[in-house]
Amino acid sequence: MIYIDIIILTLLAVTAVTVARIRDLWAAVMFTGIYSFLGASWMLLLDAPDVAFTEAAVGAGISTVLLLVTLALTSKTEKTSTSVPFVPLLVVIGTGAALIYGTLDMPHFGDPSAPVHTHPNPGFVERSQPDMHGLPNVVTAVLASYRGYDTLGETAVIFTAGIGVLLILRREKKSANTDDSTTEGTA
Amino acid sequence: MIFLVAAISILITMCLALIRAMLGPTVFDRVLALNMFGTKTVLLICAICFLTERTDFLDLALLYSLMNFIGMVALLRFSHHTALEQEVSQ
Repeated sequence: MIYIDIIILTLLAVTAVTVARIRDLWAAVMFTGIYSFLGASWMLLLDAPDVAFTEAAVGAGISTVLLLVTLALTSKTEKTSTSVPFVPLLVVIGTGAALIYGTLDMPHFGDPSAPVHTHPNPGFVERSQPDMHGLPNVVTAVLASYRGYDTLGETAVIFTAGIGVLLILRREKKSANTDDSTTEGTA
Repeated sequence: MIFLVAAISILITMCLALIRAMLGPTVFDRVLALNMFGTKTVLLICAICFLTERTDFLDLALLYSLMNFIGMVALLRFSHHTALEQEVSQ
């Protein structure tokens, strides 16, 4: 099992470096798709199938399509910069060091005495089986049923954002059409 | 044991597909590499499910193959225009 973990993490690192280094944006979109598939597999290995579901649907599915639509509207290759970016490098190293420092306080993976396993009411674990009619995964029960209204609200927000984007894009096209019609009318 | 060997062989195949996606001179090499990578991910999930004896994760493999298909259709739809542009510029 440890071999699979090591290989998947290595592939993730290699893909991330490739995405950062490649100048052909078309290929970079494909590598983000590969990265999402790898990340979702890694989440599955960590026993988080719900997050893996979301990552596969959003990361590999929708965001690839969105990036491709954006590429169709803009240019296909990245501008090569001549200056060496020292300030962004420092910012990235600082943020990475802070994040790694933050993980030092975290409990180990699967630690039974971790706050997440002791602090909330253990009733979720005890009651979710009869409540959800034998659903094996407690996280799925909490996400999809106990927090169902929360998920419904999130979906409504994303739906509203999508409608807004669609309306903005359509209005541009429509105004171009009306411009044509007015010029035709005056001509 | 057999599932561990299978999973590691699938991972090696994924490495090869990744190398082809990096080297790939044309768009279509990369598209094919990405498609192969997605298929191998589905197989890897199945192997891991049987390795850890948690077969309820097999539904995830179904979703992955669907996502792979949708992404591939979108890629090919948009690569139609860009490939033509490349041919004209060359």
